[in-house]
Amino acid sequence: MKTTINVTVNGVTHQSEIEPRMLLVHYLRDALNLTGTHIGCETSLCGACTVMLDGQAVKSCTLLAVQADGAKVTTIEGMASGSNLHPVQQGFWEHHGLQCGFCTPGMIIAAAQLLERNPDPTDEEIRHGLEGNICRCTGYQHIVQAVQCAAKKMQSKTAVTS
Amino acid sequence: MAEKYVGRSVKRTEDPRMIQGLAHYVDDIRLPDTLHAVFVRSIYAHARIKSVDVSEAKKAPGVVAVYIGQDVAKIGPVPCGAAIPDMKLPDHRVLASNKVYFVGHPVAVVVAEDKYAARDAADLIQVDYEELPVVMDEEKAAAKDSPVIHEQFGTNIAYKLTAGEGDIEAALKAADKIVRQKIVNQRLAPIAMEPRGVLARYYRGEQELTLWTSTQIPHMARTSIAVMLGMPENKLRLIAPEVGGGFGSKLNVYAEEALMGWISMQLDRPVKWIEGRRENMQATIHGRGQAGYIEVACKKDGTITGLRYNVFADMGSYFQLLTPAIPTLTGLMLSGCYKIPAIQMNVTATFTNKVATDAYRGAGRPEATFVIERALDLVAVELGLDPIAVRRKNFPAPFGAENPFKTATGLFYDSGDYELSLKKALEISNYDKLRADQKQARSEGRIVGIGLSTYVEICAIGPSSATPAGGWESATVRIEPTCKVTILTGASPHGQGQETSFAQIAGDHLGVNINDVTVIHGDTAIVQYGIGTFGSRGTAVGGTAVYMALEKLKAKATTLAAHLLQTEPGKVTFADGKFTAQGGKSVTIQEVALAAHLARNLPPDMEPGLSATSFFEPKNFTFPFGTHIAMVEIDRETGEIQFKRYVAVDDCGKVINPLLVHGQVHGGIVQSMGQALYEEVVYDDQGQLVSGTLMDYALPRATMIPWMELDRTETPSPVNPMGVKGVGEAGTIGATPAIVSAVVDALAPFGIRHLDMPIKPEAIWRIISKKSAGAA
Repeated sequence: MKTTINVTVNGVTHQSEIEPRMLLVHYLRDALNLTGTHIGCETSLCGACTVMLDGQAVKSCTLLAVQADGAKVTTIEGMASGSNLHPVQQGFWEHHGLQCGFCTPGMIIAAAQLLERNPDPTDEEIRHGLEGNICRCTGYQHIVQAVQCAAKKMQSKTAVTS
Repeated sequence: MAEKYVGRSVKRTEDPRMIQGLAHYVDDIRLPDTLHAVFVRSIYAHARIKSVDVSEAKKAPGVVAVYIGQDVAKIGPVPCGAAIPDMKLPDHRVLASNKVYFVGHPVAVVVAEDKYAARDAADLIQVDYEELPVVMDEEKAAAKDSPVIHEQFGTNIAYKLTAGEGDIEAALKAADKIVRQKIVNQRLAPIAMEPRGVLARYYRGEQELTLWTSTQIPHMARTSIAVMLGMPENKLRLIAPEVGGGFGSKLNVYAEEALMGWISMQLDRPVKWIEGRRENMQATIHGRGQAGYIEVACKKDGTITGLRYNVFADMGSYFQLLTPAIPTLTGLMLSGCYKIPAIQMNVTATFTNKVATDAYRGAGRPEATFVIERALDLVAVELGLDPIAVRRKNFPAPFGAENPFKTATGLFYDSGDYELSLKKALEISNYDKLRADQKQARSEGRIVGIGLSTYVEICAIGPSSATPAGGWESATVRIEPTCKVTILTGASPHGQGQETSFAQIAGDHLGVNINDVTVIHGDTAIVQYGIGTFGSRGTAVGGTAVYMALEKLKAKATTLAAHLLQTEPGKVTFADGKFTAQGGKSVTIQEVALAAHLARNLPPDMEPGLSATSFFEPKNFTFPFGTHIAMVEIDRETGEIQFKRYVAVDDCGKVINPLLVHGQVHGGIVQSMGQALYEEVVYDDQGQLVSGTLMDYALPRATMIPWMELDRTETPSPVNPMGVKGVGEAGTIGATPAIVSAVVDALAPFGIRHLDMPIKPEAIWRIISKKSAGAA
């Protein structure tokens, strides 16, 4: 038995026939071939699968695709605008906020949400905001610096546009 | 003057694909008609398999095949590459047949049209087990009355080994004091964020099998898997695509890798297996697992005269690639950075009903460093001496190529100046003030401690004579007709950033932009045979091979340039990508590259093309070192540990890219923090894996980690022309003892001289509560 869902992912609306038990992360990866969202634990503990669902960072390994019916999803592939990287992506690149890169998509999405809610976070607030995302490579310090860097970029951008 | 790259914090060239979600890890590679495999794994630690009923599973929707042990008996054993005299070698098959030896041991594999169908069918397989008594403790496993795991051996002792030099008995006899302590390095799970995964595709016509697998050793895995499958090695193409972390757990050859190849050959369709996290915790190798007893002979003034380490090493139930070799690395590094005339390690390696241990970041050296650094601290405590003074008392004088430092473990350290990094760390941390602050804090009733470790590690593995399957590394460098530079490296980076650091080396050598350099690795059909990435060898061994190939290439280019300039090679200088003759005439490297390929005007004895291959065989290991200092404060009410300072001064020789070095050190230190304070693989007394998910296995998260203050000293290695030593494991080796030392120091007023890892708040709270209750 299949069910139909309508999901807008990175600005493109998809109508898909899926099994009701299909996980959102499998839908994104297998049905839409958006493989930038990774699976690290299948239990919402590591955060590698983090995506934006209607503006909220969620762990797509423990959501059903049917729960995204009618929603807007942003994955890592939708973070950059054309060839312009999102400031968080730029921060991660400039500050060596990634090594193996497997946690990075989820980490970037979580960091972007953190900065939306708190444009000028302290070191401690960044760490708290990323507590749901595990990185085994970097020891987090460069990630904290990457997010600080992104915050500065976003602030200066806001200052210019306003 | 062209921009110099080496020594600069260049942004990584591999990052754009990763930060945009465009990199391809195994599970991101899609082939049409791919089948999906799911394993049925043992739920018991030790049991006889009476029967396996797969009939229902075979009938389930979407199922294409189900295999059990008997079906795959033709696949050769999972290899162990290490040999130790009189070692017992269990017959490790890709699926269990008669017995299961650990929770997670694969019993059957279901292959279906999609992963949901495979998962559903796996639940329909009925395995009838007869439970057997389990062996869980590495020390009790050696007892005569213990149940035996591999009956054919009649014992659980895999091997016994004595190593070291000097007269330890005499040293102990003559000692002013003998310090004794049980020291445990608990089992840890490596937990690369990308679990293992394999995609296999067989082309029947070409008789070619391609395996995409998440590995650190593509060539060695190809050789081993070809042997297991009984196929010609050159018909197996193995590709390590983007690899999401390894930490040693992918320095291996696994049953699932060979099995996926075999299945795709049976079914003529691509087949994929992606490990789940629970499977990863159960069936991917663990690390550490040593419980030992030290005896330290010392003089009253703190001079160490002898060290004995009697250790039980937990092998798990089978050997993986290097399982039995790991304790021997511990034995090699027991001297630390100290002059100790007599050292003896007695290893009793035992089988237990757990998954195999093997190389986890540091692989034997964190264990050694923890042993020797705890030993130094305990000597200081028991003799009432300052721990720094005891270290200085036993340091060798600075040494290098002319006067290498020989240890009683049989090594010649390449170069070192231990006082240099110690002094720098003391300065940066303002150590005297830290001690004053501690005194003040204690007078206020606060619980504050300071710990230090001065470590040395063995890296850049290594001379082939000291390794099981070659310790060299290879590189080919090509300049294409359009002057793009292609590097093929036998190293297999998986996060370390060598696509960038090797491009930096080439950029400087050839005067080209690093964006014109492509580094290819991990594909056995493209890259000449190589050894892989582990043991902090990528840059020191693999990078040196690149350097040597570049030198060869430049020599040929210089000869050709001289020919084009109608002069002698000796009269040509090369700078900024341009060859210049004495008269001032010049050709660019672009022009030379094109001329080499057009081959219309070459010197008579020159072959066309512009490419060079080198194999670098190091004469010795390298020995990075450093000093780590930790300051902690403990919450009296909860026992929680908070870092006040963390200072690390590391010396990894010459540095290609400081940003990448910092990243390696940070990550290493945090894995040390994991071992010291949080992480522990726990099996219960029935052999069930209690710490089987990331909920139960405490990985460090961002909030648990302090700001780390890093600095370096730079003592070049004489072992390779660039003077690099390696840094991938330094943090994991140097930090653990410093952290434990800080916590022990904090609790010294409570009568504590040593604590077992991970040091949990509960244990601390009990210590504090007991003392407080006693005082009240």
